Amino acid sequence: MTQPILVIENLHAGVEGREILKGVSLTIHAGETHALMGPNGSGKSTLAAVLAGREGYTISKGRVDYLGKDLLELAPEDRAREGLFLAFQYPVEIPGVNSTYFLKAAYNELQKHRGEPELDAADFLVFVKEKVKLLDLDDDLLKRAVNEGFSGGEKKRNEIFQMAVLEPKLAILDETDSGLDIDALKIVAQGVNKLRRPDNAQLLITHYQRLLNYIVPDFVHVLHDGRIVRSGGRELALELEERGYDWLTQEAGAPGK
Amino acid sequence: MIASQTLLPPELEAAAIPGEPAWLTSARQTALARFSKMGLPTVKDEDWRFTNLAPLAGLSFAPVPDLTHSPISKETFSRLPFSGLGGSRLVFVNGHFSSGLSSIVGEEEGVKIMGLADAVAAEPALVERHLFRLAQKNATPFASLNAALFEDGAFIHVPKGRKAGPVNLFYISTPDASGKTVCPRSLIILENGAQATVTESYLSVGDARCLTNSVTELVMGDNATAEYLKFQDESRDSFHLATVAVSAGRDSHVRLHSMAFGGKLSRTNIQATLAGEGVECVLNGLYLVGDEQLADHYMIVDHAVPHGTSHEYFNGIFAGRSKGVFHGRIIVRPDAQKTDAKQTNKNLLLSDDATVDTKPQLEIYADDVKCTHGATVGQLSEEAIFYLRSRGIPVDKARQMLIHAFAGEIMDRILCEPLREELNVRVRKRLEENQNPRGMGRGDSLKVDQDGSLA
Repeated sequence: MTQPILVIENLHAGVEGREILKGVSLTIHAGETHALMGPNGSGKSTLAAVLAGREGYTISKGRVDYLGKDLLELAPEDRAREGLFLAFQYPVEIPGVNSTYFLKAAYNELQKHRGEPELDAADFLVFVKEKVKLLDLDDDLLKRAVNEGFSGGEKKRNEIFQMAVLEPKLAILDETDSGLDIDALKIVAQGVNKLRRPDNAQLLITHYQRLLNYIVPDFVHVLHDGRIVRSGGRELALELEERGYDWLTQEAGAPGK
Repeated sequence: MIASQTLLPPELEAAAIPGEPAWLTSARQTALARFSKMGLPTVKDEDWRFTNLAPLAGLSFAPVPDLTHSPISKETFSRLPFSGLGGSRLVFVNGHFSSGLSSIVGEEEGVKIMGLADAVAAEPALVERHLFRLAQKNATPFASLNAALFEDGAFIHVPKGRKAGPVNLFYISTPDASGKTVCPRSLIILENGAQATVTESYLSVGDARCLTNSVTELVMGDNATAEYLKFQDESRDSFHLATVAVSAGRDSHVRLHSMAFGGKLSRTNIQATLAGEGVECVLNGLYLVGDEQLADHYMIVDHAVPHGTSHEYFNGIFAGRSKGVFHGRIIVRPDAQKTDAKQTNKNLLLSDDATVDTKPQLEIYADDVKCTHGATVGQLSEEAIFYLRSRGIPVDKARQMLIHAFAGEIMDRILCEPLREELNVRVRKRLEENQNPRGMGRGDSLKVDQDGSLA
């Protein structure tokens, strides 16, 4: 077996003295797509935030190994340079920062880190226009400020578009499906599917089974009260769709939400 | 508190341009008497409440003697902001015209660009008709002092229907000026239907520690169009007090940009009078300071007649222990119906020690008007910084991008592209230069407050 991309071991983390993750363990190998499901408040987004390096979380226990490195020791930008990508649940509007300029800066930071040549503005534009097509986005987006005035669907597609440009080794998609209508969901899912490769991996964080009709996961995990209470194959998601979360959360010995 | 008298040197005398007419000499005496009577403002004065002039106490108001040699070389000049732009330029070093660095090129027929001292002799009628007319209204003591002491400055006259510029004016101080006062005075006249783009750059070479006390009068006839940009980046030991007074005739368009980057203490008073109906006036400014700098913009926009539009946009970026002051006053007189006046002052504090005092003010005496004002003070958005970092952009660069974007809101209003580009380069450079703990862009004490964010 090859070295895993991500190994989370007994991770405990919280905010302001309140523990939210209470011992999460998860291993992701190259070529795999994992879905992390769970009811509201189970800690899904906290896990995404901790993995991406958002400030304000205290890690009290456990470790995260990412491609042989201690992930939690790395600054957010270093995680990104090592190929970690978080598609935000709520992408941030950044008025005044042009999308192309921003993406070129990000792309070149990664190129620099990989020891690859940086692209100039003209070459980058050619490169990026190819990627725009993948997500069925309007070229016009490249001229606008980052996420500014974008619709909810455009923002989510823009996240996947950035993922297409930055080509991460591990993409964490935090509720990328929420707020999308079925057409937008299909486009986003198609985009993600096209980016799946034997040498990369995805962690899909979602509340609903719906997304998994379009992006078929290899593994499904259920997070409840800060712990993974059940792991299985795709059929687990279908079961959850049918039965809800309650049967699992009750089995786990805690009241369901 | 400063007692005003203590600052006034008893030997202060009005200057004179050789061969100047009697009316000018007499006007200077009146101005000097006015200055002596008013004295220097103190913080007890409402208009100067936030800007304490006590640090000026050590300076004399003596002018810098004219040196026979050129104090700065062409090569030194070529490194200064805006010096690389083509077109006509007039350069004044320590208040004195530098013919070697100045040139008039490619101007349309009838356009006159020269030193004001020369214009007093060459264009006596125009000078007599317009000089002092705008700036003496609501004059600060400093504008009066300038009237008494000025020796030179720029004179631009654009006849009816003609177009001038971009004309780049430079007022450069050198260490020779240390401890002294430079009083440049400029007069820009646009006749009906005339058009001009003018920049005024106030710069220092070397460690100049002086007071620049400038006055610019911009007279616009009917249907005239002006874009004016003031760029102040004097040494961190300099004092800069400026008055920019504009009067806009019927249906004219005026855009005034003011950039306060340098100086230990700087204050720019902008007085805009919408004298004819249908004027569109944009006042647009940027503060970009750090360390112990204080930068102050004080504005009076006077809507005297109906159908005038005035929009003010001032963004401030403050690092270190710097301080910003914004004082905007819009007066809408009883006859000025259908006035559309807007005032926005947004401030970005990059350190815990930076402060800003903002005072937007509307005085409305007409009843059918649209007037708004607003001010914000905030920090960089933590969310936005994290978003950029999560894409691989280092934290310093992320901050720089956000600060630059905030400045960009102001720069985007500059219509003349070469000016906008030049300014953009200077802003970027300054943000990079100031990446030290005391400067702009980062700091150990940098406070990030999500709730107060500007994004």
